[in-house]
Amino acid sequence: MFETLILILDATMRVSTPLILAALAGLFSERSGIVDIGLEGKILGGAFAAAAAAAVFGSAWIGLIFAMLASIGLALIHGFACITHRGDHIVSGVAINTIVAGLTVTLGLDWFGMGGQTPTLAGDARFLSLTLPFADAVADVPVIGLIYSELLSGHNVLVYLAFACVPLTYWVIYKTRFGLRLRAVGENPHAVDTAGISVAFLRYRAVIICGILCGLAGAYLSTAHNAGFLKDMSAGKGYIALAALIFGKWRPVPVLFACLLFGFLDAVAVRMQGVSLPGIGEIPVQAIEVLPYVLTVLLLAGFIGKAIGPKAVGRPYVKERA
Amino acid sequence: MKGAFLVTATALAISVSSAHAADVKPAVVYDQAGKFDKSFNEGVYNGIVKFTKDSGIQVREFEPKNEAQTEQGLRRLAKRGHSPIVAVGFSMASALERVAKDFPDLQFTIIDMVVDLPNVQSIVFKEHEGSFLVGALAAMKSETAKVGFVGGMDIPLIRRFSCGYEQGAKYVTSDATVFENMTGSTPSAFNDPTKGAELAKSQFSQGVDVIFAAAGGTGIGVYQAAKDEGKFAIGVDSNQNHLQPGTMLTSMVKRVDLAAYNTYDQAVKGTWAPGLTVLGLAEGGVDWALDDNNASLVDVDMKAKIEAIRADIVSGKVSVHDYMSDNACNI
Repeated sequence: MFETLILILDATMRVSTPLILAALAGLFSERSGIVDIGLEGKILGGAFAAAAAAAVFGSAWIGLIFAMLASIGLALIHGFACITHRGDHIVSGVAINTIVAGLTVTLGLDWFGMGGQTPTLAGDARFLSLTLPFADAVADVPVIGLIYSELLSGHNVLVYLAFACVPLTYWVIYKTRFGLRLRAVGENPHAVDTAGISVAFLRYRAVIICGILCGLAGAYLSTAHNAGFLKDMSAGKGYIALAALIFGKWRPVPVLFACLLFGFLDAVAVRMQGVSLPGIGEIPVQAIEVLPYVLTVLLLAGFIGKAIGPKAVGRPYVKERA
Repeated sequence: MKGAFLVTATALAISVSSAHAADVKPAVVYDQAGKFDKSFNEGVYNGIVKFTKDSGIQVREFEPKNEAQTEQGLRRLAKRGHSPIVAVGFSMASALERVAKDFPDLQFTIIDMVVDLPNVQSIVFKEHEGSFLVGALAAMKSETAKVGFVGGMDIPLIRRFSCGYEQGAKYVTSDATVFENMTGSTPSAFNDPTKGAELAKSQFSQGVDVIFAAAGGTGIGVYQAAKDEGKFAIGVDSNQNHLQPGTMLTSMVKRVDLAAYNTYDQAVKGTWAPGLTVLGLAEGGVDWALDDNNASLVDVDMKAKIEAIRADIVSGKVSVHDYMSDNACNI
């Protein structure tokens, strides 16, 4: 039983990683006042760029750089539309999602001729699992050995990076001058402007950080968790990350737990299939599939309370109105 | 004036009749997994490539993005007079039925499903027989007596694979444990390699060391997971042994390429006929794949045993229960 639990938590870490990265990306963007429904598109774009570059150059790290560049590029388009031209954030975000969904397959067809997929990656072109020091040595120690060797060891570098990003984000948002200004610009851009700080520049920096994190999430999907790009491989993760962001009320640590909850439900759903529960019998696949969504609705309705976002989120900043 | 009209009409009639005799305008509609799923659809695609090469006739292709586009695609191809139109996959049955009724003069072929109309040819396979063979091989290869199955969408057709596989495994090792997972309950379950990899990892961690994936594009994730963990996987539909050489134990080959090729070929020769065609081991419609990529994984003894089982199924000595005959797998 204990071993099963550890294995489920192990799977939770794998499944949650892209959600955590994407949700933190959304956190930076939304805390600065830019609604980002385009997380999905940026992840997908990053995944494609990572797989394509890794296939061409044979290095997962080069793939990662290209993923971040592609994702930053998309983030800047979003920024250009929303910050410079004061466009509607939702429309711009949806446009990015739509463009990327089509563009990745089209470019993939043109470059690799494999129906929108990229070649299967192997060896250095992928982020492989790392074994933490002494993991094998302590594997036989009861409880701690299993936790260390199964749960903590044996993930790839991006998983550890994602979890490290959470305290880092907390520090940046709450403990640095940049973080203070970022929070201020999302709540009251006029005050920030009055203090002589450029609202546009702050928001541009926020969307660039958002792009970097989405690029990481995308690279994780195509070069670490899988071994290549497939059409629509982000499969709604950007939207789930957005839900986790609202769940966690735009705060790094609660957002982490929201992402872990979604990941955990996914991992449990995989495990529950075909298992007979005492008294109930075998649960049909469909019932298990619906479980995460039902729980989301229940939690949102009953336990989370009111989620209030940054005050100025989604509103373009117009200087003259001040 | 009247003469001129007559001449034109005759010319038209001649051109129409010659169009019927020589020009076959074949078309195909793939299912939502897309034609490059390295599995089911790609098998059909390979058959089409071969047909085009042999006959020089281009085949019009359509890939629907969602359920609704399936019927639109079929109807559009029918309106343009394409015939025969091959519908790839069980999910097109209801759409094909409607379209085929509206275009009684055109020829339709559906793979993996039966549509009982005078202008439809239905080609189905005895997947349980092929799955029985690979199940037997999996049980021979397994050191833990635990083998796994990852299915795509949870439908009777996929249960037929799983049931045959389980029977095969238990035929060889009577106390074998068979773990079974389905990826989902929508057609997108055939194109979700991330979920496939997670399901495979979950089974491996429970002691499974051979997994058969009957899940289209989802299988790619299963094979990758097997490679990463140093375990074995079994491919499906097309010969997928080349995808991960060294860890692909075999593939349950379903000759959809042959089904597609024959349909077009018969149309060209004028021998196309509606009705039901069932292809099993005896007809060469399903089989297990042995090539350079997996030769080192299957020793002489295993090969001989599998060939013996194969002969027993063909001769009827071993009968494999078909899940779809009673929607149950009581073995």
